Amino acid sequence: MSDASLDPTRLDGEAQFGDYFALLKPRVMTLVVFTALVGLLAAPVDVHPFVAFCAILFIAVGGGASGALNMWWDADIDAVMRRTAKRPIPSGRVTGDEALAIGLALSGFSVVFLGLATNWVAAALLAFTIFFYVVIYTMWLKRWTPQNIVIGGAAGAFPPMIGWAAATGGISVESVLMFSLTFLWTPPHFWALALFMRKDYDNAGVPMLTVTHGRRSTRTHIFVYTLILAALAIATAFTSAGGPLYLCVAIVLNAMFVKGAWHIWARDEIMAETDNYAVEKSFFKLSLLYLFLHFGALLFEATVDRAGILWGAL
Amino acid sequence: MALRPTHEIHARRYGRNLGLGLVLAGLIVVVFGLTVVKVTRGDYQMQDTTTTTEEQG
Repeated sequence: MSDASLDPTRLDGEAQFGDYFALLKPRVMTLVVFTALVGLLAAPVDVHPFVAFCAILFIAVGGGASGALNMWWDADIDAVMRRTAKRPIPSGRVTGDEALAIGLALSGFSVVFLGLATNWVAAALLAFTIFFYVVIYTMWLKRWTPQNIVIGGAAGAFPPMIGWAAATGGISVESVLMFSLTFLWTPPHFWALALFMRKDYDNAGVPMLTVTHGRRSTRTHIFVYTLILAALAIATAFTSAGGPLYLCVAIVLNAMFVKGAWHIWARDEIMAETDNYAVEKSFFKLSLLYLFLHFGALLFEATVDRAGILWGAL
Repeated sequence: MALRPTHEIHARRYGRNLGLGLVLAGLIVVVFGLTVVKVTRGDYQMQDTTTTTEEQG
């Protein structure tokens, strides 16, 4: 045993507050916060601003808690992937037990407080989301099937439904459409990432589509899923959630997205390596803008609808 | 009695303790704020049983 292990005040690698915060996956949390906020604000119900703030906060904490539990379970594969090797657990700054305790405590806290602040439908949806992400995706699907991203994507798609439920106390066509948009967006988004982070998933032994079915098949999958996504995204314009602005945004973005997916499909590994996966990387960046603008447009349409109702009432 | 000098661990964990302190303070604000909103909106208003008793009587 070294002297350092006996000394409780040793300096090396001690976790700071930021390390515990990093367990909550802040970058993923921004997506959760944004989509949940759109779900909440798009709902045709007035929510007290402070209750709305608390609802989003608790949804974000719940998302963060599931991130901590994901890092606890996946610490072994995070350690061998370049993208994740610096996370708090594989880097040794936070122990797995600490992450587990924080994840469980924040899960319970977020669900109970969301229930108290809004309603128990929203709380139940948040609890199910955490369960789905941690147990169904992280513990079961991720290491078992190449369709992990497809089914696991549901976990990331629930926040707008939770936001909607926090406002209305229920589930409706609009919230299911917002769910579907994120659900179908996830596979092309992550498969593009898997194409240019090529060695990571191979080394970790995670059965990503790139590993199990090859990179040619992944390119085809991206293209096919993008076509399905585009059909749903544009069809949404003709439902109660959509409108003229959303339709314009959807047509432009989906044309760009399908074009990007087509370019990915049309090239092979040699071409991709030549320009260091420039097309795949730009498709990945576009996918972030794609989701942000679609939800922005849905929010705009909901705001216009409500303004119209208010105007009519005056 | 003189105060004990700050141990090295206090200085080292200052950021961590400050962060946790702010989180706990934030939690108090959230719980208090929610309570004020819920009570002023009447979410937890007790049911008026007086009328029922008089009607029954």
